[in-house]
Parts: sequence; C-alpha cells; structure tokens
Amino acid sequence: MLITCPYCGPRDVIEFTYQGDGNRERPQPASQDLDAWNAYVYDRLNPAGDHNEIWQHSGGCRSHLRVVRNTITHEILSTEFARGGHKAGGRS
Amino acid sequence: MAEQLPDRLSPLEPDYHPGSHGNFEQGVDVILSETRPGSILQLAAWPGEEKRLIEVIRKITGLALPDGAGGGISSGVRAVFGFAPGKFTVVDEAEGLAQAFAGAITPAIGTLTDLSHGRTALRIAGPKAEWVMAKFFAIDFALPAFPLGAGRSTNHHDVFAQIQRSGADQFDIYVFRSFARSFWKALCHASEEVGYEVQ
Ligand SMILES: [Zn+2]
Repeated sequence: MLITCPYCGPRDVIEFTYQGDGNRERPQPASQDLDAWNAYVYDRLNPAGDHNEIWQHSGGCRSHLRVVRNTITHEILSTEFARGGHKAGGRS
Repeated sequence: MAEQLPDRLSPLEPDYHPGSHGNFEQGVDVILSETRPGSILQLAAWPGEEKRLIEVIRKITGLALPDGAGGGISSGVRAVFGFAPGKFTVVDEAEGLAQAFAGAITPAIGTLTDLSHGRTALRIAGPKAEWVMAKFFAIDFALPAFPLGAGRSTNHHDVFAQIQRSGADQFDIYVFRSFARSFWKALCHASEEVGYEVQ
C-alpha cells in the first residue's frame, strides 16, 4: 500500500502511523457532555468503502494527513495536510 | 594564544577502515566516507513564515533554496535542503553556524536547533551509489525523481534518516549519531557486492 504524502510523494505504508478515524469530533477538554465523549471514544462508522482517516508520516516529514482510504480495496483516494497553512509546495 | 579545542572523535572509529573492500577486483563502484561537517542545524519556520526563513538562509549561507518540497542546494562547503513543510537542514564544513543564525532567526520567524553533535554525515559516491541506496530505502533514487541538491526524509528499519543528493552519483546521509556505527556497518556490508573504498 502506497500513501502519497503531499510533501514527500508516494511512500510505502510502513513509513506511516495510523492516527485513527478522521470522522471523530473531540469535545472541548472541559466538556462534561458524556454523550459527546462516549461518541468520541466509541462510536465508529466502520464503513465497507471510503473512509476518512488521520495518518502521520512518522517515518518521513512527520506531517499529519487527512487520508480517504477504501477499506475494501485499500485504495488511497486522497491525501492532504491535516492542518492548513502548508497547502502549497507539494511534489507532483 | 590559540584556543584549546578538544579532539573530535568519530562514532565510526572502531569500524572505519580506509582502503578497498569487498568485491573490488573488477573495480571499486562506490566510495564511502564520513564527511564530518562542523555544523548541522535544523531550522523551522512558523506557518506563513517560510519565505522569511528562506531569505535568512540565503543571507547567512549564500545558498538560494529552490522552490518546492524537498528542494535543496549544495556548494560543497555548505548545503541546505527541505525535509518537511517549513523545515530545513543546513550544513557547514565549519563549526559555529548556529551562532551565525542565532541573531537572524527571530522568535517571530521560527526556531533553530543545533544538531551538530547529534547527527553523523555519511557520503556514498560512485556509479553504483543509487543501487546500494535502493537496497536501504524504499524511495526513488533516479535523477529525474530525486534531483541534484534535493533532500528526502525516510527511514531504514524504523531508524530515521535524511538524504541529500550532493552529486549526480553522490548522496549524503544524515543519521542519528548513536545509530551511526550500526548504519555504517550495514552500509559497508551492502557495498561489498559492488566493491567499495573507504576514504
Ligand atoms: Zn511526508
């Protein structure tokens, strides 16, 4: 499986670390909304198909990435920096 | 009176054996060496401050970074390359580069980390340099994909490495100093089949 890092270009999956489901929304740290915390910790869409994920290029530029991966075919449909501000300059 | 500086020791010392090794009867196809730069720095710009940092690098080192991810340039004495968004490795044969940058990189622009004692710089050169490197790292070493001066962040058996192409058939590899001897021995073993010379 290859993931195309917006900075480094295509790299083997071994260079990346999975950081979890990209659909989760973390409540504010002071939040006492137990349902929101429960959803953040436990609720997953678990789709058979395209899935929003967060990966880190930990064995390369160390950027955090938003990745859309097909959970059936492992096809990587898109990658982008998880944080804005570094959108330009990706290797084509 | 001259300042009394301590001797610089190489972490490779017990396994650094100048001369020809391996299958060199048909010719030496790679030359391995430790370049021992006096300064190895990591510079990082805050988001949006990249252009100002690149301008500071140009002022201090005289090296103009090309545009684009992983772009770099090497003068033989000094070298610079991008290794992550807004982050650059800068190398100088001489010591003291950190002091030269200290006043120029203001807190508004970014940060400076002196890694001169934390990294070891190895050089592999020769017609089979790409071949040997490709056995270590799962990246494309062909010239069109990895242009002259460009830098790459990658790893070897989970150990982080930075690589700059400093010649058409020459690469400089920056590894953690504590892992340098282990990596050096592996590099020597991998070079045996093509014949190598340690300089
Ligand atoms: Zn990357």
